[in-house]
Amino acid sequence: MIRELQEGLFAGGSAEEMINSLFEKIRRSRLNAYNHIAEDQALERAREFDRAPWEGRLAGVPIAIKSSISTKGIETNCSSRILSGYIPPYDAHVIERLKEEGAIIIGKTNMDEFAMGTSTETSYFGPTKNPWDLDRVPGGSSGGSAAAVAAGEAPASLGSDTGGSIRCPASFCGIVGLKPTYGLVSRYGLVSYANSLEQIGPLTANVEDAALMMEAISGHDPRDSTSVKSEGGYLSGLYGGVEGLTFGVPEEYFGEGVDPLVEEAVWDAISKLEELGASWKMVSLPHTKYALAAYYIIAMSVASSNLARFDGLRYGLRLGADQDWHTTFSEIRAAGFGPEVKRRVLLGTYALSAGYYGRYYLKALKVRTLIKQDFERALSAGGADLLVTPTMPVPAFKIGERIEDPLSLYMADVFTVPINLAGVPAISVPCGFADGLPIGLQIIGRHFDEAAVLRAAEAYEDATPYHEAVPKEVI
Amino acid sequence: MAGGDVIIGLEVHVQLNRLHSKLFCGCSTDYHASDPNTHTCPVCLGLPGTLPVVNRRAVEYAIRVALALNCQIQGETLFYRKNYYYPDLPKAFQITQYDFPLGLGGSILIKGEDGEEKKIRITRVHMEEDPGRLVHAGTIDRAKYSMVDYNRCGMSLLEVVTEPDLRSPKEARSFLDKLRNILEYLDVFDGGLEGAMRIDSNISLVGGERAEVKNISSHKGVEKALAYEITRQRSARRRGVAQVQETRHYDELRAITVSIRTKEEAHDYRYFPEPDLVPMRIADWVPKVEAELPELPDAKRERFVAEYGIADDHARSLTSEIRVANFYEVVAKRAPPRLAAAWIADVLKGELNYRDITIDKFSPDHMVEILSMLEGGKITEKGAVEVIRTILDHSGDPSEVTPARVVEAKGLVRAGDDAVKAAVRAAVEESAQAVADYRAGNEKAINFIVGVVMKKTRGRADPGEANRLVKETLDEI
Ligand SMILES: [Zn+2]
Repeated sequence: MIRELQEGLFAGGSAEEMINSLFEKIRRSRLNAYNHIAEDQALERAREFDRAPWEGRLAGVPIAIKSSISTKGIETNCSSRILSGYIPPYDAHVIERLKEEGAIIIGKTNMDEFAMGTSTETSYFGPTKNPWDLDRVPGGSSGGSAAAVAAGEAPASLGSDTGGSIRCPASFCGIVGLKPTYGLVSRYGLVSYANSLEQIGPLTANVEDAALMMEAISGHDPRDSTSVKSEGGYLSGLYGGVEGLTFGVPEEYFGEGVDPLVEEAVWDAISKLEELGASWKMVSLPHTKYALAAYYIIAMSVASSNLARFDGLRYGLRLGADQDWHTTFSEIRAAGFGPEVKRRVLLGTYALSAGYYGRYYLKALKVRTLIKQDFERALSAGGADLLVTPTMPVPAFKIGERIEDPLSLYMADVFTVPINLAGVPAISVPCGFADGLPIGLQIIGRHFDEAAVLRAAEAYEDATPYHEAVPKEVI
Repeated sequence: MAGGDVIIGLEVHVQLNRLHSKLFCGCSTDYHASDPNTHTCPVCLGLPGTLPVVNRRAVEYAIRVALALNCQIQGETLFYRKNYYYPDLPKAFQITQYDFPLGLGGSILIKGEDGEEKKIRITRVHMEEDPGRLVHAGTIDRAKYSMVDYNRCGMSLLEVVTEPDLRSPKEARSFLDKLRNILEYLDVFDGGLEGAMRIDSNISLVGGERAEVKNISSHKGVEKALAYEITRQRSARRRGVAQVQETRHYDELRAITVSIRTKEEAHDYRYFPEPDLVPMRIADWVPKVEAELPELPDAKRERFVAEYGIADDHARSLTSEIRVANFYEVVAKRAPPRLAAAWIADVLKGELNYRDITIDKFSPDHMVEILSMLEGGKITEKGAVEVIRTILDHSGDPSEVTPARVVEAKGLVRAGDDAVKAAVRAAVEESAQAVADYRAGNEKAINFIVGVVMKKTRGRADPGEANRLVKETLDEI
């Protein structure tokens, strides 16, 4: 997708025209994928590009950015009322990298408020709709970023993945989404939800574009103490195929709670990989059943601290007349946060309280270590090279269907959160349809082995037609 | 204020203000003369998405202090979040240390209430970031609004916590003086800057609950607040009112402490490890920091006694401030060390203290020159004091005042032998009554005649010498 687009640009196409037609499409769209279009900045940069095209792996490519990633001069509100109007004075590391590679930032996409959700329904700006069925959710929390790419409202986008927030919407919208190994992409500029779990990653129309985006955004950044050097080689090794690779199929990721059509599509995918020269075997990740509980305790606890800074004093929402400090910030927080954010902040505050810290937070960290060991064991030498699972146990559900039942929403994350707890990389690629709704295949790799994950995904994609399907609603 | 019934422990917040940048960002620490909110960046303002990065130099400085306070440096150290809401805290948590602080179990020596050397145990030394500063429009309880200055926000702080080993406000004061002295020796701290040191004191009477008096910025203030607390707690006890565990605020203007919250209202800070920072294996850093550790006050004092042959009291006085010690060493290399010790410790320090200025205002060259004139008999001791005072009081260009010029301008050259002898003869002749008294056995009458001699020489005679000559003359007649 990106390659063709760039070929078009360098064959005399106009970036300004291309971006204008994207904006036209976005304005007509019923998806609500964007919170904000950076019209002036994007068009000015496009005109500059048209006058004197620059080099770069993403030269002239329009890219949409999740609203939790800071963009200098462009509103970054995390789809929350409390941050509405907040314009960062600095660019996130990934934005600097995209600009250095020549990309053009076109806007900020809708998301679950502060990335807390699996459906993009908790956004203050209303839900984003799934381009395959407007009555359905696009997944979350990077729902806007996924819907935009699926519907052709952006060639590629960035999202962030704390417990599945890139892979879930990629799966529901029938596109490619990669969550990198923890530490591979700098978090500097990503508004924190759960710091030790999340990574920024690409949502793209195909695997090659994901590899290209990873070449651009990965690598060490001294401003993030948890970031490491990138090995690179995502593009150069992309077409190596899967011959000789062993795929592990975790038994805990099949069976009860998984839609039979999803299960069938994933087994078909495994057969396809076998056809392509790979072998597979069943493996076990025995602590999977504890993952959701551990994940939500860690994420909510840390979030309760991360979100405490939003008091309206320095930026963001301000209500009418100010009173004393306590009253003013309490009222701003009461009005500025939606119910799901409040629920998670309250639960997290409780879990960290004196007397409960050991029972919840510390215990969750211990479970996390066990889950990490599960993956290390399954992916050790002599074991599997990669794991394959469904990304989501079900296809996209209806808007409003689960939002009143938080627990059922949390349960939907069951196959994505263990990957964040373990810190390993995982990609979701389209692997079929269930009643017209896309299904995602999740391929999981060893720490920092994005190259293998991408190579397997590319081989699978090359042998299957699913990524070429386009939602009818949008055409 | 002393007495066996007083128990005091201190928590001292020390700003490592000799660092060039803040603890977790690159902002300059040189903000004291700047407008509010000019030394800030997205990181220390806690803007969404920013991450802290540890200033390694700050950790080295902290290890330096912990070593100087005889602490055990821990193998691994990590940061925690301390969560609470306050407008001066832009992230709504302070990055600090909790479990796994940098140093544990140290001690320092102070001069105790009884004049003997006393060991005060240090519980722990840990690092944290300074919050910003609130400026109230008026007094804290009456202000219509407050303003926040984040220049200070993110400065490196060390918290030094003592065991409850102090027994009086005076001991607390001498602990703080000694701590400041050590910190300045280590070149990590300038005690002269606003907000450099802030002290929380825990004080109780034996058998009673403790009160914590928070956030006092001067050593004198701590001494006064503690003295007030002792009186208050003793008087409450006499009236049968039990002390409850509480936090109190020291009102500097009224010199009293006021209760601000009791234990029931205590915060739950919900500490947990800071996920954006990784643990540091500081054990590996210790050898390098240790090798760079400068000579500390107690060691310097012992060396001064041994190397220069000066009295222990003088050595203690000279080493109680790094700048004075350095000044002394420069002078002692070029003048008789014992004479230099006496003049710097007994005279110069007193004159500086009287004027509330530091020794930087006086040149060691001038001190050497004065001592040399004194030793050569060119000026008297009285003249030497006069020279020192004149130089210190001079307000214009410092190069205009040299000891030689002062001596000349003020006519302080010591009177020659002949002139003194002539003055003695004249004085004896003029003072018939005093001479008669002396002969009648009143030894003190000689002082009157010496006074006349000093008057005649306009003070340039050495009083001891004049005394001897008058006595000789009287005994000759
Ligand atoms: Zn800063």
